Amino acid sequence: MNLDPKNFPQAAREALTDPLLRPALGRLKTHFGAGRAAAVARYGDFEALREAGKAIRDYAVTHMDELLTQFEESVVARGGTVHWARDAAEARALILKVLQDAGAKTVTKGKSMVTEEIALNPFLEANGIVPVETDLGEYIVQLRKEPPSHIIAPAFHLSKEQVAETFFASHTGLDPKRSLVERNALVQEARAVLRRSFESADAGITGANFLSAKEGAAIIVTNEGNGDLTRLLPRTHIVVTGIEKVVADMTDVSVLLRLLPRSATGQPISTYVSVMAGKRGADESDGPAAFHVVLVDNGRSKLIGTEAQDVLRCIRCSACINHCPIYGAVGGHAYGATYMGPIGAALNPGVMGVENAAHHANASTFCGRCAEVCPVKIPLPKIMRHWRAVEHAKGLAPKSITAGLGVWAFAAKRPGLYRFGASVMAWFLRSIGRRGTVHALPVMQGWFAVRDFPVPQGKTFQAQWRARK
Amino acid sequence: MSTKPRVGLFVTCLVDLVRPQVGFAAVKLLEQAGCDVEVPAVQTCCGQPAWNAGADGHATDIARQVIAAFEGFDHVVVPSGSCGGMIKRHYTEAFEKDAAWLPRARALAAKTHELMSFLVKVRSVSGVTAQFAKTVCIHDSCSSLREMGVKAEPRTLLGSVDGLTIDELKDQQTCCGFGGLFSVKYPEISERMADDKIADACATKATVLTGGDLGCLLHLKGRMARQGKTLEVRHAAEILADMGGEPALGEP
Repeated sequence: MNLDPKNFPQAAREALTDPLLRPALGRLKTHFGAGRAAAVARYGDFEALREAGKAIRDYAVTHMDELLTQFEESVVARGGTVHWARDAAEARALILKVLQDAGAKTVTKGKSMVTEEIALNPFLEANGIVPVETDLGEYIVQLRKEPPSHIIAPAFHLSKEQVAETFFASHTGLDPKRSLVERNALVQEARAVLRRSFESADAGITGANFLSAKEGAAIIVTNEGNGDLTRLLPRTHIVVTGIEKVVADMTDVSVLLRLLPRSATGQPISTYVSVMAGKRGADESDGPAAFHVVLVDNGRSKLIGTEAQDVLRCIRCSACINHCPIYGAVGGHAYGATYMGPIGAALNPGVMGVENAAHHANASTFCGRCAEVCPVKIPLPKIMRHWRAVEHAKGLAPKSITAGLGVWAFAAKRPGLYRFGASVMAWFLRSIGRRGTVHALPVMQGWFAVRDFPVPQGKTFQAQWRARK
Repeated sequence: MSTKPRVGLFVTCLVDLVRPQVGFAAVKLLEQAGCDVEVPAVQTCCGQPAWNAGADGHATDIARQVIAAFEGFDHVVVPSGSCGGMIKRHYTEAFEKDAAWLPRARALAAKTHELMSFLVKVRSVSGVTAQFAKTVCIHDSCSSLREMGVKAEPRTLLGSVDGLTIDELKDQQTCCGFGGLFSVKYPEISERMADDKIADACATKATVLTGGDLGCLLHLKGRMARQGKTLEVRHAAEILADMGGEPALGEP
């Protein structure tokens, strides 16, 4: 399991030879890709909706300070508490403090990528608190001690046979001869097991898809209803999320709710949309007695005002991931980071450092599919390229690449020299080519590792053109 | 004094080196479409390898050279969506903070076109006089599709070639895995993407894979040659200019 983004090339090579991963990733196109395409086609003017979503998120990113202050006031007015965490360590400590003050021993968790980002679960375990993931995919990868391989489908890399194996190995109190062949049998078993956790949990932790500043509400979308059970049953509810999730009000949220599920799974709306505001009121029979929101910065705010600012518009729908041919080839674990695919490639170098996550920005053909499907029009390739420029300027790019590029650029800026060089190259490739192709050269080894190079047709175009004139 | 539009042909470095016939095909097609074609000798490359590698200094140096060489023409035509996209979409990004060069980059961008799109949209060409009695599949490069907005034009023009049948790929949206230096830096990922594209092409009735970007075609042909696959690969301009009888890419 790759946990280091610097190991991306090696982890990617291993992923490419994993026979179980390929069929799983094949579902990207049939499941998410086709689903989004159909939903967009049915919607009508989806382009206008994207523009509206972009404008809402742009406003939020450029007014984040005001909106977060307003959000805090609204939460406090509803009897909740807002905690501000500069980094992952602060976030973990704040969450632990809330849990310890509440005397919590077990915690149910709704799906939250931010708690993955801050590595909350191992920290809680080390401090004697048992976290139980209640999103089915998260629950599966938790049992397998793996990180999620996809931001909305954590167990996307697994077949149902692998999930059955995991359940047989983990749910040891159940009949070992039971059948877990059908998908529904897996769901029912997880539901039964998780029900006990819901009933016994002392606290619930969820993420947030959006924070509405005006109403002081956290909004989540789920398809399993686990978010509601996580929030409503325990005494204490903690929302853990990134500072960039804030928007002005529920009107803005309603626009984004039209974009998010369509872009993510192709659903017009998710099965559940939970609006979670404050603690249980005096006149209410359900809900937590205490409501906390932990707002995590962890590198986000330093992107404001930079060329990577637009990445903060992200609503974590995963459309870019679902349409990314690189993700489609290697899956999520190869990235060794919480956020994978194009959003990871645009975000990770900014928050983790270019020196750590440069591979993410480099592992793209700039095919542009991600930007094309992004519901809030983040120019993802442009931001990835920005990180490459930072990498280059800092002298962090691989020497083999920069040296080759330097020689090439020296010639490319001198047309006479370039024409001569190209003529020599054309002659050289023709003289070493066999049956139309060159099979190996001491340079461009990455090229020749997997392919031949077609031999030039003859003299260069420029040489032939000038001879004709 | 000719009233014909003056077209500067940006040959591209790959066509110059590997497949000069594409350049001559482009000249022929442009002349047939009533243009005066010139090929400035000072052109080398569009600078995309440097730009994509984040080597902005090299990229802008090369971009200035291209702008200076081509800004005098009525139109700049490129037999590649990728190099065309670099000039049309990325030069303006490269000079975003350069008040002197940004207007020049913008002016050049406004008159730069991918070859087939120029023929159809600017010169109103609806068909060509060429023969090619084979079934082809078309690989749309990502830059043609998403940076240059070229999709219908190759089909319009190829559809007019005598004897030619088009059998489309199942997936016309997904990248073939070339990506310039990407193909060298991450060969195994690039290989998987190529193999998926090649499998798609082999599942059609086509005996020829064609497209408007030599980079993708070199990568796909190079991969097929390594695998012993025999699909013929050639740039669409060659077919359109009735030069489809010449040996295909990577064939002796």
